[in-house]
Amino acid sequence: MADITNQSLNEIIENVKTKKVSSTELTKAYVKNIESAKKLNAFVTTTFDQALDKAKQFDNKPNFDQLLPGIPLAVKDLFCTENTKTTAGSNILNNFIPSYESTVTKNLWDHGSFLLGKLNCDEFAMGSSNETSHYGNVINPVGDQLVPGGSSGGSSSALAADLTPATIGTDTGGSIRQPASFTGTVGLKPTYGLCSRWGIVAFASSLDQAGPMTKTIQDCAIMLEAMSGFDKKDSTSINKKEEQYSKNLKDNIKGLKIGIPKEYRVDNMPKEVDELWEKGKKILKDLGAQLIDISLPHTKYALPTYYIVAPAEASSNLARYDGVRYGYRSKQGKDLIEMYEKTRSEGFGDEVKRRILIGTYVLSSGYYDAYYLKAQKVRQLIKKDFDDSFKKIDAILTPSTPSSAFKIGEKTNDPVSMYLNDIFTVPVNLAGLPALSMPAGVDNKGHPLGLQLIGKALDEQKILNIGYAFEKNCCFRNKIKKWWS
Amino acid sequence: MSKEKFDYFIKGEKGKYEVVIGLEVHAQVLSKSKLFSGSSTKFGADPNNQVSLIDSAFPGMLPVINEECVKQAVRTGLGLNAKINNYSVFDRKNYFYADLPQGYQISQYKNPIVGEGKVLLDMPYGSKEIGIERLHLEQDAGKSIHDMDPSNTYVDLNRSGIALMEIVSKPDLRSPDEVNAYIKKLRSIMRYLGTCDGNMQEGSLRADVNVSVRKEGDTNFGTRCEIKNVNSIKFMQMAIEYEAARQVELIENGKKIDQETRLFDTKKNETRSMRSKEDAHDYRYFPDPDLLPLKLEQKLIDDLKKSLPELPDKKKERFVKEYGLNAYEANVLVSEKEISDYYEEVAKLSDKKLAATWMMGDLFAMLNDRGLDISKSPISAKHFAELVQAIKSGEISGRIAKEVFEIMVESGDNPKKIIESKGMKQQSDPKELEKMINEILSKNKDKVDQYKAGKEKLFGFFVGQVMKLSGGKANPQLTNEILKKLLKG
Repeated sequence: MADITNQSLNEIIENVKTKKVSSTELTKAYVKNIESAKKLNAFVTTTFDQALDKAKQFDNKPNFDQLLPGIPLAVKDLFCTENTKTTAGSNILNNFIPSYESTVTKNLWDHGSFLLGKLNCDEFAMGSSNETSHYGNVINPVGDQLVPGGSSGGSSSALAADLTPATIGTDTGGSIRQPASFTGTVGLKPTYGLCSRWGIVAFASSLDQAGPMTKTIQDCAIMLEAMSGFDKKDSTSINKKEEQYSKNLKDNIKGLKIGIPKEYRVDNMPKEVDELWEKGKKILKDLGAQLIDISLPHTKYALPTYYIVAPAEASSNLARYDGVRYGYRSKQGKDLIEMYEKTRSEGFGDEVKRRILIGTYVLSSGYYDAYYLKAQKVRQLIKKDFDDSFKKIDAILTPSTPSSAFKIGEKTNDPVSMYLNDIFTVPVNLAGLPALSMPAGVDNKGHPLGLQLIGKALDEQKILNIGYAFEKNCCFRNKIKKWWS
Repeated sequence: MSKEKFDYFIKGEKGKYEVVIGLEVHAQVLSKSKLFSGSSTKFGADPNNQVSLIDSAFPGMLPVINEECVKQAVRTGLGLNAKINNYSVFDRKNYFYADLPQGYQISQYKNPIVGEGKVLLDMPYGSKEIGIERLHLEQDAGKSIHDMDPSNTYVDLNRSGIALMEIVSKPDLRSPDEVNAYIKKLRSIMRYLGTCDGNMQEGSLRADVNVSVRKEGDTNFGTRCEIKNVNSIKFMQMAIEYEAARQVELIENGKKIDQETRLFDTKKNETRSMRSKEDAHDYRYFPDPDLLPLKLEQKLIDDLKKSLPELPDKKKERFVKEYGLNAYEANVLVSEKEISDYYEEVAKLSDKKLAATWMMGDLFAMLNDRGLDISKSPISAKHFAELVQAIKSGEISGRIAKEVFEIMVESGDNPKKIIESKGMKQQSDPKELEKMINEILSKNKDKVDQYKAGKEKLFGFFVGQVMKLSGGKANPQLTNEILKKLLKG
């Protein structure tokens, strides 16, 4: 049969179910792709032998009733995987092999899939270009000089390059949606609490959320269904009935009210992004949706708020990497304090250090009220903006990012311009809402651009439906030539 | 009981100084598992055998609150007559140490689970109320072991994550004696409630002691020093005495007291500076984003309140009313729940007042000598009650009772059996006694004459003779009566 790896997850599942392809054949096809795509540097660890074993087991005793029957999946290296090295893109975890499996990955395996490898990411998910990884930057398959976005850059790159049929990432301030936008793929950050955080290396606990990254909206629904669910091991997990997102996917969006926030038209935004937004509005309107102008007045404070809250939590979350119990320990240091200093100096990269410093500063006595406490108050106002708007609308449409993928090295020396990449994505994390980035077009260089759909809390089904209808009428095709193999 | 006057002051050259003390008591919550993980809390396991991935802070691990620990904190709060807060928040207290795996301790900072309360102390100069500022829940740290190896420190995480209640008093204590009474009262309340075993040797109860001094009559507080982590009442008292004297000396010499954290050296009996206010840690407290605020329903609090056992203050009142004990006796007998239980069992079966006297006398002395808790008493409450009844009914004398008591301790036998088998029963038959006394009187005619002539001191001699002849078994009261009657005749 034709190359199965450029099909959607849903098509692949159908082919497995109808026995057009075995799990072993499928796995071998991906192994071959991965081996010829080393230039992209999307993988930190591969688990081919283990994957082929699992595939064989599946083929010997197939269960086609599962959501992900015999499907190999690579996942971001932020998810702890039992007996498989988990680095979080950091030197400080370069030798860390968990004895446990994160809830989200366990959910995926319980639905019939298995691990193909661990995907590169920004160190501790701190970055927007995958350039902060200790394991080297990842290349965007769209172009050999382009970043794949971040922090789930290995995930977006591997997905767009057909190295995994679907994948998962984590999104603290845009780390799923921005790389999806940069690679012409679909990425969803679910409602905070929908997917368990247990076993995911923490960056900023009140913002972190795992989510699917896929080629199509339908694939996204399948993956979300498989990975989400209540987990009593995570105190912030939401206890609710599980939904069948893929079965309930509908493309009729007639009468839905779509909010268009005026604050998302920022200065110096490329004309193409604006045009793309207009195109998106038109498609939704043609499908029978009603466009409503809304205002989210505190949007401009979202980025500074995020860059206080996230580093504050990170500075504390990363205190456990001290060289005492696991991970990297410096061989130098004559006492405990020196051991800490050397271990953390050698173990962490610059961006992580920068954020630990910011976080420590904003929590310090004398600065706490002015920064951390103020940021928490602003966060409530940002959330209230959304709550107020959602009284009269069903979803919000915005661009996903202010630009398409930039060049490797272009922003590494300018953290603020790097942070500005998250301007459309961070408000959603601060408010705990679900948001979807879907491919919508290309800029004048031919690089993909995405549009973002933001929903009410736990309203994933609705934004998936809107995305599904949009996808059918947008006619975006990701045209990636396999220049790397 | 005489009402003494409070008189604990430090005398300096320039006057008398009052000592002001506040305590932060860390009480280990009695619970099967830790505050945020399922690991066991049992004392004495091999190092690092009761450690989960959460306690050792592996990547991606998350805390989940142990409901039983929350209930224990609420029970304790209710026992301290304190306000229970329906809304409380867990915060992270950030600092680095090898036995603190997360790099932060989960504690409660701005919004504790329990607010203001009070504890009543019985002092020789009357009862005194000590204010409770707050009670909050927090994780214990692990243990660093520095003396196992000359160049390495070992870490044992068995204790890491165990639930502690930090009980903060107001600066209402004024002497080492009051500190002693306060700790004992807290311990007693928590043991009644079953919320902390109060075992100081195993570190279940430790305290940070805040000490300041001021001239008698001053209303402003002096600068305080905090003495960290003292683990016995005796050491707390020694530390306070040393520290108060040190501060008075500084003041008298015109020097300033620095607000600082000090350490008590138990070997040298002195406090030493650990860190000054300037070097104080900046703990960067902030709400733990892994945990939602703790919201308690009023019904849960009400239900817990209804299920509380009778506490020492109430029980003391009842003992006075129901058993006719005086305040001192009642106070001693309610100090430990096990003692009060033992007493009530004895009092049910015997004379209530006599039971109290004998428990507080011979029984306590014996337990004390042997270093035993009352729960390990070689004499059961039932046997002890039988002994008290044997005394009360005149079956045996007090002197014989002491002998019976000794045999009971050694053999564990019931007193009836001992009295019978050893023929220790008191001679209480008036006819028999009269016969015996007549015999003695007729043998000692000369002394009878002397007695009758006015030498009344000889009465004791006759009693002695009766006792000798009866082998100590003659009922002393009856003996006295009959002797008097016959000597008159």
